[in-house]
Amino acid sequence: MSASNHFGFLDEYAKKEIRRTVLKAVAIPGYQVPYSSREMPMGRGFGTGGLQLTLSLLGKGETLKVIDQGSDDSVNAVNLRSFIETTCPGVNTTTRTDEADVIQSRHRIPEINLREDQLIILQVPYPDPLIVVEASENKRKILHGEADYSRLLVKLYEDIVKFDEITISHRYPTRINNHYVIDPSPIPRWDVPKLHNSPALILLGAGREKKIYAVPPYTKAEPLAFEDVPFRVEDFTDENGQRRNCQQCGCTTSYLDEFVDSNTGKKVYQCSDADWCSEYTVSQSEISEIDNITDNAEVVNG
Amino acid sequence: MGYVAIKGGGQAIEGTKEVCDFLRTKESETSQPLDSHIIENQLRLLHSRVLSEGGLYHPELASLAIKQAQGDTLEAAFALRAYRSTQPRLLETPVLDTKNMRVTRRISSAFKDIPGGQMLGATTDYQLRLMRMELLNESQERFREVTESLFENTNIDNIPDTFPKVLDSLRGEGLLPEIESTQQEQTPFDITREPLIFPVPRSAALATMARAEQGSLLAIAYSNMRGYGDIHPTVAELRVGYLPVLLPHPITGELTEVGEVEMTECEVVAMYEGNEGDEKSTFTLGYGACFGHNEVKAISMAILDRALQKGMKEGASNPSEDPEFVLLHVDGIDSMGFCTHYKMPHYVTFQSDMDRLRTTQKKQTRMETVS
Repeated sequence: MSASNHFGFLDEYAKKEIRRTVLKAVAIPGYQVPYSSREMPMGRGFGTGGLQLTLSLLGKGETLKVIDQGSDDSVNAVNLRSFIETTCPGVNTTTRTDEADVIQSRHRIPEINLREDQLIILQVPYPDPLIVVEASENKRKILHGEADYSRLLVKLYEDIVKFDEITISHRYPTRINNHYVIDPSPIPRWDVPKLHNSPALILLGAGREKKIYAVPPYTKAEPLAFEDVPFRVEDFTDENGQRRNCQQCGCTTSYLDEFVDSNTGKKVYQCSDADWCSEYTVSQSEISEIDNITDNAEVVNG
Repeated sequence: MGYVAIKGGGQAIEGTKEVCDFLRTKESETSQPLDSHIIENQLRLLHSRVLSEGGLYHPELASLAIKQAQGDTLEAAFALRAYRSTQPRLLETPVLDTKNMRVTRRISSAFKDIPGGQMLGATTDYQLRLMRMELLNESQERFREVTESLFENTNIDNIPDTFPKVLDSLRGEGLLPEIESTQQEQTPFDITREPLIFPVPRSAALATMARAEQGSLLAIAYSNMRGYGDIHPTVAELRVGYLPVLLPHPITGELTEVGEVEMTECEVVAMYEGNEGDEKSTFTLGYGACFGHNEVKAISMAILDRALQKGMKEGASNPSEDPEFVLLHVDGIDSMGFCTHYKMPHYVTFQSDMDRLRTTQKKQTRMETVS
């Protein structure tokens, strides 16, 4: 498909509307601001909400990183990145998290801490955490207005009664700035603590559902939990209580993807965040080089 | 290594384009590339459907969309919509009156003798659906014969351009409510510039259904016809034709015809409701209209419009009367996009799902051993 010649694909009125919506979203943390949401040349559900935000906010000379499942090479990330490269001449792209001004992501927040001068845009399939307990948007709007999340808490409680465990795996409902509870997009629970007091602005865009919302910098973000049943992230310890490590870089502090090694048939683990993994490998090899130098020096001295 | 699956995505995507194009062109020795005029004429109803669901009246681009989507209506409508996002809005037409439609077909199932008469036009309604084997081998000569013979025994001057509307005569007899003047003055809700925030006005519902996916509209309307609802409509008028589009002249400001759009319009009459206050009871109305020749869509829309009006007024007692249920689920671009997105990787969330299941299983095993 031939892309439009206009910078950022969308016409200027559409971009202006999105920027205004973003301002409102930042002013009311966690509130889902409706916007008209134009059709993009990729499927609804493939990150059109995130894409509209990115296209409206990116300027020439800025650097963008696009990830999907933590990876820059995932087909959808590749597709989005090349579309943005074609429609936004003068914009640089990178795979390095620390080099990016804007990061568009699906399902992950990078492991490395983001900075004040960075902006992360999350793609959102379901913007409303109340959808699991109330199908009508009209009624949900009232519940949000009254900060009435009792039915969500009851759902968590019922989980504990039935399974002795809260069964929500991802899209964990999180209360922002003491009022609105958001669906933080399908990030794993592992990433939820990164929303709290984040130095970087976090924008969430749902294209199909036509909503934009935000977690502004240094804003309180608390996952729903009970005093006696605290919020817990994914557990990566093995049968012996040992923390699993990434088979690539050896990191023991990152979110891991699990897969079966086609050669050995064994289950192996690897960092989900591709940039984190390669940076960690580099830093480890630097450390071992230093070790080697020190070792050699010792030999010489000895 | 398992990770290879999501590496090298760029190359893979390029590859998919090549294969799609290969399948489109593989019989190049014997077959001809599809001409956009051929699509517009010989696949007339497919073309209509894409125009309508794409929400953009651009016959040539609709043909191109069908060609590049290899006949997939959802994909073709999608390409038209995405093109629409790149175009600024320059002007708005005033509300156009379908009384002025250059009619190619109009029928009423309410009255036998309607002013101007029943004009069947192009319809397969009463044709036998038998395979016409002779179409397997058609020639251009045969095409010419057909086009030349149609008006052979007809005096073209005697064919009227348009017909009075059936509803006007019903209204004249006091069987229908008068058009409220306030309703006419209301600016219609623009679904391309504003999101739907419920409750929405009727014009938002109509606009949403006008570019909805035909199958989705039909399925929900059919549920109402079968018994999950009780509209029991009568088609007062169904008309197909070309509606002149008017715009103010840039210098004089006078309304000037700038072109025409093919449209299908359906008005259904349903049973009356209890009267409010002093007003007399009247029949109630449902309205459907869309780009192109799409009769099933226009009728489904009219039935749903009537059902939704009931739901908006008295609360929904079945899915077809619930504005949120109907309006948020009939858009083909939205629904096919979300359906398709399930093919994308969900490794991270699935990992998280497994974490929850394993933890729960562990606890259950522990409970079993204890008991």
